[in-house]
Amino acid sequence: MGELLRRYGTGLTTLAVSLTAFWLLALVILPYIGLFEQSFRPYIPVADLGGPKDFYSINNYLAVINNPADINLAGLVVRIPIHLWVFFITIFYSCVVTLFSLMICYPLAYYLSKVISPRSLPSYLLLLVIPMWVSELLRSFSWFILLAYKGPLSLILMDLGIISSPIHWTWGLGGYSGIIIGLAYSYILFMLFPLFNAMSSLDTNQIEASEDLGAKWWQTHWRVIVPHSKPGIASGCVTVFMLSVGSILVPTLLASPASRWFTEIIQQWMFEGQDWNTGAAYAFLLLVVCTIFVTLMMRLFKVGLADIAK
Amino acid sequence: MQSKPSHTILKVYSIIFLIYMLLPLVVMGGAAFNDSRFPSVMPWQGFTWRWFVDLYNDDTMWEAARNTFFVAIAVVCLSVPIGTAGALLVNSLKGRSRTLLYATMIAPVLTPGAVIGISTLLFWYKFNVPAGLHLSAVGQTSFVSAYVMLMVLARLQSFDPGLEEAALDLGASHSQMLRRVLLPHLYPALGAGAVLAFFQSVENFNTTQFTRGSSQTLTVYVGSKVRSGITPTINALAMIMILITIIAVVALEIKRRRDLAKAAALGLA
Repeated sequence: MGELLRRYGTGLTTLAVSLTAFWLLALVILPYIGLFEQSFRPYIPVADLGGPKDFYSINNYLAVINNPADINLAGLVVRIPIHLWVFFITIFYSCVVTLFSLMICYPLAYYLSKVISPRSLPSYLLLLVIPMWVSELLRSFSWFILLAYKGPLSLILMDLGIISSPIHWTWGLGGYSGIIIGLAYSYILFMLFPLFNAMSSLDTNQIEASEDLGAKWWQTHWRVIVPHSKPGIASGCVTVFMLSVGSILVPTLLASPASRWFTEIIQQWMFEGQDWNTGAAYAFLLLVVCTIFVTLMMRLFKVGLADIAK
Repeated sequence: MQSKPSHTILKVYSIIFLIYMLLPLVVMGGAAFNDSRFPSVMPWQGFTWRWFVDLYNDDTMWEAARNTFFVAIAVVCLSVPIGTAGALLVNSLKGRSRTLLYATMIAPVLTPGAVIGISTLLFWYKFNVPAGLHLSAVGQTSFVSAYVMLMVLARLQSFDPGLEEAALDLGASHSQMLRRVLLPHLYPALGAGAVLAFFQSVENFNTTQFTRGSSQTLTVYVGSKVRSGITPTINALAMIMILITIIAVVALEIKRRRDLAKAAALGLA
């Protein structure tokens, strides 16, 4: 703080500190605390607020384990609370999408950072920036068109004689195939760019040294390139996971009759149920999941927060 | 280096990836010109401008577009000063206080938009501020400021603090130093931050959805159209948005190349 005063004087320091304080207190910390507090409050008529029925409880969180239903798990029927099931399946498929994106992007990031000719790289990246800047809405909407029943994908495959009747593309994998395709397409560039940045900073001489010393190609990757790319991998995984788990548009546009995403249940509480307190509890659960994921990634790849957020 | 065949495979792979990224957008854009009631390119029913005309005559769309624009401007006006102030603050701190401050600033970037939206809604509701686009702007600012902060912070790394001291030693006041020395160095980051903030705000759905009340932005408007019977007017809108994106991307690239050329010329001189 002393340095700030010396460099910018009293007026500017006060301005910078108050702007930052407004941001962090009024827009971040207090709303988060408010969310936490509200999530323990009961949903009661306004007249009862502050009355004997207005006390803290974990009932809003317990709503997750209400309403058990029979779920068919690969032939095995399990009785499980429906919201809890959606919660787990959302996390599970978000992990799947994250892993897929990583596997697809790794070779590509390697190619773009180490192999491609320096002359064609800017054009290639420029072409990728377009889908990156086109909004999430349009990215998922484009697959809404492609995957439509009797849509282009079905029609082309029928013309080619590969399939004989239109396919419900979004009905596979227990009704989540459309969502997975949409999530992967929408967020994959958030995996590619951090990976590419991390790999670009690796000195190519290190790769050559490893090869000269007799390492097989996979040894070079596993012992030299992957360890160096850790910050990029962690950053990409955190971003893709967070966006997938919290996505609303993709599960709405590419849904099937059987698919439900955790964010849709939150919306249900907030808008249809008008029960903001239970909505807050569910939103807080989502926040907890993301925090755990970030922590796991930081531990797993031994990187700091500054490496993840770039 | 590795053998050539593996490089050929990688090259083919990279081209397939590019097609995978671009083709869906081409199909979506193409459907804007197809004279078919449902948005699709197949079967092709003939070329038409009709969906653009429909879009032009859609008052709700214009209303949503105006809303989107005002929210985005508000977010730019809030997040650029806030993000810059935050970056200056972080930059002049060291040790644990820096880490803590940095982590708090980054938190909204790592938080799902729905969570930010709901917490913003609940927080301001306690002060009897009802939901509406003003809250959307506030909610978006909480994480867009972090993006601006990161960009300004990166730019500050290449700033020589000696210049600040020189200015002050030569008798400049603090605000003169800010205006004449520090801000000119930060302008590129501030400009890029403002553009990013604008686009982030325009495309935002998750935070807006929970804070908007009954007002609509373009993204929300399209989202609701998809549920309630969709026509290719949405594709016409998408086509226009893609064009704007392409223009922005190309403009930034031209500027970047010019700056590079300028830097190279200065380096040679």
